[in-house]
Amino acid sequence: MYNIKGYLDACTVSEAIELLAQNPNLRIIAGGTDVLIKMQHGQFQEAELLSIRTLESMADIKKLEDGTMIIGALATFSQIFNDPIIQAEIPALAEAAVSMGGPQIRNIATIGGNICNGATSADSASTLFALNASLRLESKTGARLVPIREFYLGPGKVDLKPGEILTEFRVAPEDYRGFGGHYIKFAARKAMDIATLGVSVMCKVAAKTLTEVRIGLGVAGPTPLRCVEAEEFAKGQEISKDTLAQIGKLAVKSTNARTSWRASKEYREHLVEELVQRALKTAIVRAGGEELA
Amino acid sequence: MAFSVVGKSVQRVDAVAKVTGKAKYTDDFYERDMLVGKILRSPYAHAKVKKIDVSKAKALPGVEAVLTYWDVPHLKFATAGHPYALDPSHRDKEDRFILTDKARFVGDAVAAVVATDELIAQQALQLIEVEYEVLEALTTPEKALGEGAPLIHEDCERNILAARGYHIGDVEASFAESDYVIEGEYETSIVQHCHLENHISYARQDSDGRIIIVSSTQIPHITRRIVAQALGLPWGRVRVLKPYIGGGFGNKQDVCVEPLNAAMTLAVGGRPVKLELSREECMIDTRTRHAFKFKMKTGVSKAGKLKGIQIEAISNTGAYASHGHSIAMSAGTKFRPLYAFESIKYDPVTVYTNLPAAGAMRGYGVPQIQFALESHIEDIVNKLGFDPIEFRRRNLAGVGYVDPLSKNKVYSNGLAECITKGKELIRWEEKQAGYSRQSGDRRRGLGLACFAYASGTHPVGLELSGARIVLNQDGSVQLQIGATEIGQGSDTVFAQMAAEVLGLPMDMVHVISTQDTDITPFDTGAYASRQTYIAGMAVKKAALEVKEKILNFVWGMTDIPAEMLDLKEQNVVYKHSGEVVLPLAEVAMHTYYDTVFAQPITSDTSNNARVNAMSFGVTFAEVEIDLKTGKIEVKEIFNVHDSGKIINPKLAEGQVHGGVSMGIGYALSEQMLFDEETGKPLNNNLLDYKLPTIMDTPDIGVAFVETEEPSGAFGVKSLGEPPAISPAPAIRNAVLAATGVKFNRLPMNPQRVFEKFKQAGLI
Repeated sequence: MYNIKGYLDACTVSEAIELLAQNPNLRIIAGGTDVLIKMQHGQFQEAELLSIRTLESMADIKKLEDGTMIIGALATFSQIFNDPIIQAEIPALAEAAVSMGGPQIRNIATIGGNICNGATSADSASTLFALNASLRLESKTGARLVPIREFYLGPGKVDLKPGEILTEFRVAPEDYRGFGGHYIKFAARKAMDIATLGVSVMCKVAAKTLTEVRIGLGVAGPTPLRCVEAEEFAKGQEISKDTLAQIGKLAVKSTNARTSWRASKEYREHLVEELVQRALKTAIVRAGGEELA
Repeated sequence: MAFSVVGKSVQRVDAVAKVTGKAKYTDDFYERDMLVGKILRSPYAHAKVKKIDVSKAKALPGVEAVLTYWDVPHLKFATAGHPYALDPSHRDKEDRFILTDKARFVGDAVAAVVATDELIAQQALQLIEVEYEVLEALTTPEKALGEGAPLIHEDCERNILAARGYHIGDVEASFAESDYVIEGEYETSIVQHCHLENHISYARQDSDGRIIIVSSTQIPHITRRIVAQALGLPWGRVRVLKPYIGGGFGNKQDVCVEPLNAAMTLAVGGRPVKLELSREECMIDTRTRHAFKFKMKTGVSKAGKLKGIQIEAISNTGAYASHGHSIAMSAGTKFRPLYAFESIKYDPVTVYTNLPAAGAMRGYGVPQIQFALESHIEDIVNKLGFDPIEFRRRNLAGVGYVDPLSKNKVYSNGLAECITKGKELIRWEEKQAGYSRQSGDRRRGLGLACFAYASGTHPVGLELSGARIVLNQDGSVQLQIGATEIGQGSDTVFAQMAAEVLGLPMDMVHVISTQDTDITPFDTGAYASRQTYIAGMAVKKAALEVKEKILNFVWGMTDIPAEMLDLKEQNVVYKHSGEVVLPLAEVAMHTYYDTVFAQPITSDTSNNARVNAMSFGVTFAEVEIDLKTGKIEVKEIFNVHDSGKIINPKLAEGQVHGGVSMGIGYALSEQMLFDEETGKPLNNNLLDYKLPTIMDTPDIGVAFVETEEPSGAFGVKSLGEPPAISPAPAIRNAVLAATGVKFNRLPMNPQRVFEKFKQAGLI
């Protein structure tokens, strides 16, 4: 049951910021696919909602002249999946977007909400981690840019200060150009499911060598994370089955999986080792490398 | 025999109403100032309610009533949707109150609120203060059967609801004569029906003070009786209406919300009250499928003949009896016409636990035992080196089998042909050859599993169905049946049957889909795959009676003897030549308006069936297993059924699609999980409960071997439940063929597959 005490609809970003400054108890609602469920489960009582749904400027996806990708926080998952720029430049993000929920949810859920919700299972998060995306947060006192890896503070906790609105994601050209990427969502179902593990890998290859590898994981710890040790090792390694196997093993070292009724720690770690290799295999091909037998 | 409407894939009679949104479901029966009911649920799996303080809740503006155990009649009632039995020893276990003073599972209803809207009702629930005395939660049958375990129901020793089995022949003698005696243990999980429409009803009192209930139920007449029993009212004081419903699968062959809903309207002076469960509530406080554990022991001869089988079964019925006692018996009964065992010893124990109550679910115990039996047969075949198809074929009981206990005789059995057809469809030989030597991380395998099922419950239960037909002035008819359309298409096949007998096109048969216990002919409802078989015969009888009356009337009009006449294409015709005598519409006008002879033609017929037809079938499945991730994918699956004559092939195919997808979920992903210590549900929502989506469902191949069943109208046998029975063991046997690993416990989800593969050294 939705116990909605108040509902404000902002017409511009500055108006939203102003309203938020006046009443810090306002809870921002965009697509509502997380907020409404939390309300139904009684997680917030008597919510006063501030809707930002109609702020069209925050839904843009564009590439700036210097190559920086801008993804508005209100871009929906359907929009991201169907966007020609995303499909051309960072297809792994399109893969992540289309893996989320079902068509109806993808039509309304936003990438900004997905990240601000703070869940380790957020389908867009591991790819945004691998892309070194940064978040633009605006408030009455100004704007700040925060790298996504610093935005997550703990399970369900993000660095969104009172009065702040996430307006857009930025991906610098050096973080996606020349990379091949792939996202694997491992879940019990092919749709309408939460990931048991999300693996997003970006890599660059030259000749038969990996020049850079980035591995973002979801549900491998309390927040999305990067596999730094594996990435360090991978740099400059010759592409081979052995290399991939070692990367898979090292990736597990960065994880902090736990046993729950959903899956055991042992199984999750096994999946990390296996799926990092599978994602990297595809990413290598997409980066222009040769397919490993 | 050539039919003109029967056997054709005519469009569903409710297709347009449903796709245009005009079909009315319970929630569409909105009334002005309708109140909302909500239930306070126990947070403990096993606890006595010591004290309830409702004063704060009652004081909340908008709250119209608060009910507890102390505000409702203390009449124990049974909820299972079975016909009433005149013999008291044959009745269902009465172990429920409308609201309880002892919680027996997490979610048990201890209080309820009626308020002007849902939000106020929800807030009022939070204001009810309950003091509990917490008891030990018995979350498994082993705990419940343990020495010194507290009793969940005081009158059931060792928490055993029922333990009635049977012996046929001498199983020990069979084992002694066998060349091999093989044992196995198998286990199934608790799953849920997941019908699209959750449980919902609305209740009010009419101007005479009678209670009117609109409910999403499979069993309106039984609901009327149980509501009256629970409230201590004469049965005629209750009227139940069943509009269109969004699926049931057995979960609405039980009375879950209606007695409380009736108590709610009585508490507010008869004002209308809606009681609707959320998905989360529906998954714990309706019914589930019983989890079973089986120990099987089978004697086999060198020549590959099954000799004797001994089956021990433990069935977990949860907190309340519901259908528990009869499901273990159904499991032990329906497999018997499948294989020709010389002797069978069946020992089931149905145990209460502090988990949600288990009840009827598509297949009624048979998907459970068939998973065990067909896995066990496969293990025998593997161990002794027989061919899995030939071994089964050799042991079929076949036509002429007479069940030694029920005395039901098999008059039609197309299973051998089903097996042949399924084997061809999946290209068994060709694929088998390719899969004999596999390496690598992806393995493929083929498997099969058979089943037998009944059509209705004879001789265990009463099989009574009513049909009423009225001939209208224009030569069309109204068809009223007590049998309930729950999405399976029964209204359409009944209309086809009436149209066939009366020589009418489909659009001249108007089916009254809503059941109303004040008006509708008596029928016990949609369950046991009975309706097309039992109620179908009632429709045929009613149509034949109307036909006879029409022809007799025409005899009076024309002096042509009735036996010389027939009905064809809306005309009364000469039987021998087909020449038209009179248009039916003209005859119909005379039946209404002839100043001397007018007498409208109707039939009100009841069919009390004392027959039962066995239906059969087989699943062939091909799987691919990703060894490294533990994922099993069904690549191809074929269900081949002998359900006698198929009345509507398209609808029949739809039944099979639904059943197979249910079977795939049962095999690979579905299970309800509970905290073993506290009994708290862990996944009572559709995100965490892994019901497969259409994306997870392969194309489902369907085929029928049509036999002629002499006891069914137009040769029909059951099809409602059968498709859900054999997919799980077929998939399990395919995984065994692909990997050599035996999965004796459902579901085969990736976590479990990973663990077993690790044990087996495959990864």
